[in-house]
Amino acid sequence: MATMPPVTRDDARRNLRVGLMALAGAAAMLGLGYASVPLYRLFCQVTGFGGTTMIASESKAAEAAAAATGQTISIRFDASTEAGMPWSFRPSQATDTVTIGERDIATFVARNDSDRPIAGTATFNVVPEQAGKYFNKIQCFCFTEQTLAPGQEVTMPVLYFVDPAMLRDPNMKGVEQITLSYTFHRTEAPLAAAATGTN
Amino acid sequence: MATTAEGFDIHHGDGHHAHDHADHKPGFFARWFMSTNHKDIGTMYLIFAIIAGIVGGAISGIMRVELAEPGIQYLQWWAQFMGGGNDLNTALHMWNVFITAHGLIMVFFMVMPAMIGGFGNWFVPLMIGAPDMAFPRMNNVSFWLTVAGFFSLLFSLFVPGGTGPGAGTGWTVYAPLSTKGSVGPAVDFAIFSLHLAGAGSILGATNFITTIFNMRAPGMTLHKMPLFVWSVLVTAFLLLLALPVLAAAITMLLTDRNFGTTFFDPAGGGDPVLYQHLFWFFGHPEVYIMILPGFGMISQIVATFSRKPVFGYLGMAYAMVLIGVVGFIVWAHHMYTVGLDVNTKMYFTAATMVIAVPTGVKIFSWIATMWGGSLSFKSPMVWSLGFIFLFTVGGVTGVVLANGGIDDNLHDTYYVVAHFHYVLSMGAVFSMFAGFYYWFPKMSGRMHSELLSHIHFWTFFVGVNVIFFPQHFLGMQGMPRRYPDYAEAYHFWHQISTYGYYIMAGSMIFFFVNILYSLLAGKKAEANPWGEGATTLEWTLPSPPPYHQFETLPVITDANDYHDHRPATA
Repeated sequence: MATMPPVTRDDARRNLRVGLMALAGAAAMLGLGYASVPLYRLFCQVTGFGGTTMIASESKAAEAAAAATGQTISIRFDASTEAGMPWSFRPSQATDTVTIGERDIATFVARNDSDRPIAGTATFNVVPEQAGKYFNKIQCFCFTEQTLAPGQEVTMPVLYFVDPAMLRDPNMKGVEQITLSYTFHRTEAPLAAAATGTN
Repeated sequence: MATTAEGFDIHHGDGHHAHDHADHKPGFFARWFMSTNHKDIGTMYLIFAIIAGIVGGAISGIMRVELAEPGIQYLQWWAQFMGGGNDLNTALHMWNVFITAHGLIMVFFMVMPAMIGGFGNWFVPLMIGAPDMAFPRMNNVSFWLTVAGFFSLLFSLFVPGGTGPGAGTGWTVYAPLSTKGSVGPAVDFAIFSLHLAGAGSILGATNFITTIFNMRAPGMTLHKMPLFVWSVLVTAFLLLLALPVLAAAITMLLTDRNFGTTFFDPAGGGDPVLYQHLFWFFGHPEVYIMILPGFGMISQIVATFSRKPVFGYLGMAYAMVLIGVVGFIVWAHHMYTVGLDVNTKMYFTAATMVIAVPTGVKIFSWIATMWGGSLSFKSPMVWSLGFIFLFTVGGVTGVVLANGGIDDNLHDTYYVVAHFHYVLSMGAVFSMFAGFYYWFPKMSGRMHSELLSHIHFWTFFVGVNVIFFPQHFLGMQGMPRRYPDYAEAYHFWHQISTYGYYIMAGSMIFFFVNILYSLLAGKKAEANPWGEGATTLEWTLPSPPPYHQFETLPVITDANDYHDHRPATA
């Protein structure tokens, strides 16, 4: 056994290399933490995870309509507002029975109860959650920001269809009703946009 | 190896050559405030952990006393004492602050500093035959970052946090309670505290990985490392991969709170459930971070006091690796009630139960190590036996809670509280006391009193069981977590649980008296006070070890292999 100094320059270089590799690993995980935000959104949008509904094109809607078998399903509509949002918001009808595959239109009524223009964005999902990937929206008021003038009341449409593929999914067996839910959140809109009152 | 001319001494940047005098120590300030010595830093971590443990334990005492009776007894007084108002809302906020502070202090400033910073720093270099850690100055930075984090958390108690002073978010800091629900700087300071402690731990993990990979004595292959070193290696990897995710999540909280981002705010397209995913992606590995070094210590101790090599050494090492790996893919079992679909729940239930396999390997291997051994029931051994028994109880309730269906009922009840205190307050804490009594003679050079250690063990054992076993009953009856008040029906077991706290608190007197007694009047410890069962390298050095050790590196050979799975000597 030779007497050695505690650390040589070679050792220090080796240590530095391993240490930097470890720190690089930590930095990569930090990046992954941030990357999870868009990845999670993408994952929900693709898989319908957590009741995230799908956005469908006209061509996909036409395909679904062609595959329709005439079976029907009940849709329940739910509307609510975030605490502190001075709007009244309700569905025009509580439930609707639609043919699976056929497009249908549902309307919601929103009124600005305050004395100022208020902008809002609606978040949405469906229950049961496994229905998310079969619930397709072609057009929806929730795709854009809505601004209501004081006291203004508007009827907002959503054009949707239920994908007939749900009939082949064992997880959808026994599902007789899908609830579509919207929540309006207040958006801090720029003053100029709020003054013009678009909807 | 390098010649002496190329060598330089990283202990003394000013060029002093310490290795001509192993016990040359710097002056008080330089030694303790600018320390680069792994043993001194380990000692400081242990003292820090004991202080934090007293604070965190006192907070749990405040909570247990309040919970002894239904209704609100003392919270309003505490709210006023801490500078809040005299109303009920402030008092209830105070409760949230207590549960938050207790959780954060015990996790980040008691268990982690003691296990990794304390025992890890002290014994990883000794056990692998290294002169010190790879980056001694970074080691010092890690320690002081942890201390700064602790002060940031304490400071948060005195600034507004919503309904009263302090951060009342729970240790999980869930949004939106931690964003829209907690106005005022307290939560920002609590988050900053986690940033500091987390940064300290990441640097510490880097240091351990480098030390273990690069600085093992000649002949000590990875498969000859003592199991405690294996446990710290796995823990360091968990820290390195899990903590940055927490850092990302809480940084997003911070910008959501202060800079108008909406990562976790549905109004801006965010999702509060994403925070829970991120938190538990860190949080589940974190619970293994808190217990794995304990596994390592128990392996050393059981082998020592059975006078046998560890049964199934490789199985023990790779069981820890497997626990670490699987620990990253089970996180959502903490959030069964957020609305996961049945397939997701099935996956997480199955994956979680898989962890029982490597954990079972460890439990049975400890038992097999004792089987046929020449057992001596010294204080470290009784704490280890207590650990094995109680950790298994906590493991069994963990398997119950792993079921997505059952958890729907038990989620956020006292059953969960009982479960994780069995694995932490008994698992982790028993292993730390076992390690403390095992290595105290080595660290201090003094023998502790076996009598006081045994009294400490038995009173502590009774105390924590009386605290936490009834909490299973409370949970099964529906008592929710994090509530200061409850219906009359829960009174009986809550009262028993509080009596348990008094027993446990009383038992700590024996611990502190024992430390004082041994430091002042303890018998001088030999290099190896535990006999032929203690085979690892730290026992070849005098007690306490010299300030600089292994200037002549030990060489591990078949005839002279200082690890805990060497063939049993006849």
